[in-house]
Amino acid sequence: MFDVIKNKWIFFNASIILLAIGIASMVFLGFNQDIDFTGGTTMYINVGAEFNNEDIIATTTEAIGKAPSTVQKAGASNTEVVIKTHSLDTDERAKLFSAVQAKYNLPQEALLSADNVTATVGDELKWNSMWQVIMATLLILVYITFRFEFKSGVAAVIALLHDTIFVLGFYSLFRLPINTTFIAAILTITGYSIMDTIVIYDRIRENSRIMKKAPFSEIINKSIWQSMTRSIYTPISALITIVVLYIVGVPAVKEFALPIGIGIIVGTYSSNFIASPIWDILKGYKKAKTTA
Amino acid sequence: MTASSKSLTKLLVAVLVIAGALYVAFFGATLFGRTIPGALDKQAGIKQGLDLRGGSIITYEAVADTATDAQMATVISMLRARLDKLGYTEATITRQGIKKVRIEIPDISNPEEAVKTIGQTAKLTFVDSSDNVILDGVDVKDARQQFGPLSQSGKSENFVELSFTPEGKAKFAEATGRIAALPEGKNFIAIKLDENVQSQPRVKEKIDSDNCIISGSFSAQSASALADLIRAGQLPFALKDVELRSVGPTLGERAMQTSMNAAIIGVILILIFMLVMYRLPGLLADIALVAYIAIVVGLLTMFRVNLSLPGIAGIILSIGMAVDANVIIFERMKEELALGKTVGASIDAGFNRAFASVFDSNITALISAAVLLYFGTGPVKGFAITLGLGILTSMFTAIVITRFLLKQIVALNIRNPKLYRAGIKGGISNV
Repeated sequence: MFDVIKNKWIFFNASIILLAIGIASMVFLGFNQDIDFTGGTTMYINVGAEFNNEDIIATTTEAIGKAPSTVQKAGASNTEVVIKTHSLDTDERAKLFSAVQAKYNLPQEALLSADNVTATVGDELKWNSMWQVIMATLLILVYITFRFEFKSGVAAVIALLHDTIFVLGFYSLFRLPINTTFIAAILTITGYSIMDTIVIYDRIRENSRIMKKAPFSEIINKSIWQSMTRSIYTPISALITIVVLYIVGVPAVKEFALPIGIGIIVGTYSSNFIASPIWDILKGYKKAKTTA
Repeated sequence: MTASSKSLTKLLVAVLVIAGALYVAFFGATLFGRTIPGALDKQAGIKQGLDLRGGSIITYEAVADTATDAQMATVISMLRARLDKLGYTEATITRQGIKKVRIEIPDISNPEEAVKTIGQTAKLTFVDSSDNVILDGVDVKDARQQFGPLSQSGKSENFVELSFTPEGKAKFAEATGRIAALPEGKNFIAIKLDENVQSQPRVKEKIDSDNCIISGSFSAQSASALADLIRAGQLPFALKDVELRSVGPTLGERAMQTSMNAAIIGVILILIFMLVMYRLPGLLADIALVAYIAIVVGLLTMFRVNLSLPGIAGIILSIGMAVDANVIIFERMKEELALGKTVGASIDAGFNRAFASVFDSNITALISAAVLLYFGTGPVKGFAITLGLGILTSMFTAIVITRFLLKQIVALNIRNPKLYRAGIKGGISNV
């Protein structure tokens, strides 16, 4: 049986390297913040035929006097377009759509969706979202402390931070847009990733009662391996649904499925190879102190 | 009846009940004269969010540093009147924070037009029968709904009391003097908000006073609505649309359709996965999963939860997670079997030992759902509800239903451990 605790630095180093890349990306590249946070307008239009992004950019620039921030093809056959601009008012939005409408001879129903967020609202949404993540983490820490012990709670929260930073870093590096849906996805990850950790913790708690003489690291290692089949099966089952959603879903669903999919994988990894070894380190730290 | 045939009956009844529940959850039924609506019922079924049926969410903010509760109540009455006028009677209005209101309008064809008309600054005018403006919003100091007797002998009734500014008082006195003298049918004042007549009281005599009373057959509600609308004409701020989310009916329908497809494909794959990995117990977990789907869909219909796109995604994900408790339990059962225990004893030990684990892990997931529910807005709230319902239901189906089914199977004397010990560990130690 592979000794997770003895080889913990393999996993720690791998995580440190990946998280360092992610953090560096967040610091230097920042995030591709969606209109939810920066303010802006998104229009999703069904053009109904092949088109050139340049044409859309030209039409938009002419209609609102400023180039769009992004123009992206969408839909199964790339005949739909998502145009993002700075925050437009009602008249400007109407002008933009009529221009595209005239250019490609489209009916009113071609406007699949329109979103507009002003900058002040964006700021509020951003703070509210961060507050949610912090609240959830603190409450989980309290619950674990109550059911297990404070140190295990700290280790679980470190693993959660690991998952959150990993997904944030991934989004920063690959320039994927973050918005309120993304925050809901992060919170879902928080909930599910902690489930993995708790299942292993529970096994550790139970084994501690049976294996009274054994060193804590041995108990942890045994518990990790006893839970391993479950640690693999459940994420597979969850990933089945997420992958299907990602493949067949509309853009709004894809936006939601991608971070959850990544989060489920990294969450399973961190429960086994980060949270449990850290608990061992924290526990050992106390023992060393009392024996000294 | 022997013990085993009794168990077989119980098992068959359970399967039939679950199949029936699934059918009723989606398609509804009429039982004993009572109609239970199915989830797919257009009227009484699951309430689809605006991102699924198409519609717009518009948030307006008062252009001012702050706004009082009374002012925001006035704003909401004004918006309600305009929405009704435009035919959007299904629209909902909620106040958000201090000075924002959020309007959700389903089935709207031209949201940009609505944004403009609904959010306009209210124009209050009092006009005579020939549409001459007597006074406007600036001349009215206040409007209140009141209740009491209007004359000494009269009984109490609801009415609206207006008070004027000094200029308003003068203009009103002049106009009422003139109008009271007009013949029947022309002796009225129309109170208009924007271009719509809200009330058309008759003038019986010249009113030269700071106050005037509009009476008639008002209820407390209609009187207070009229007072609110009159006050809307003197709101000290304009409304600005700060957020718009608008989904056309085509996209909504497509979102619904693709999500349903994803759900069906996902469920079938998970059913196969569990069957392959756990054989007989896997089959029972599959039956429990079907029960899970029936219960969640039934609850969503019963509580009329507003189902948004992230909500559907959340349900589909929760189906994937719902097997978790069964996976934990079955893994424990396999361990107990490997220790040489009988099938029955292994089942009991598996369930008992796995319970703490299932309980603790689900509670932490519930904490996340609760935070989302408390702090989230709009679609995120709907998502949190589906997530929470899913977690609670899966605990019930995985623990209670699966256990019940397993017990019956054991009583049927299906005790060949091989049927219970598929999978990596069981397979290896079986050799």
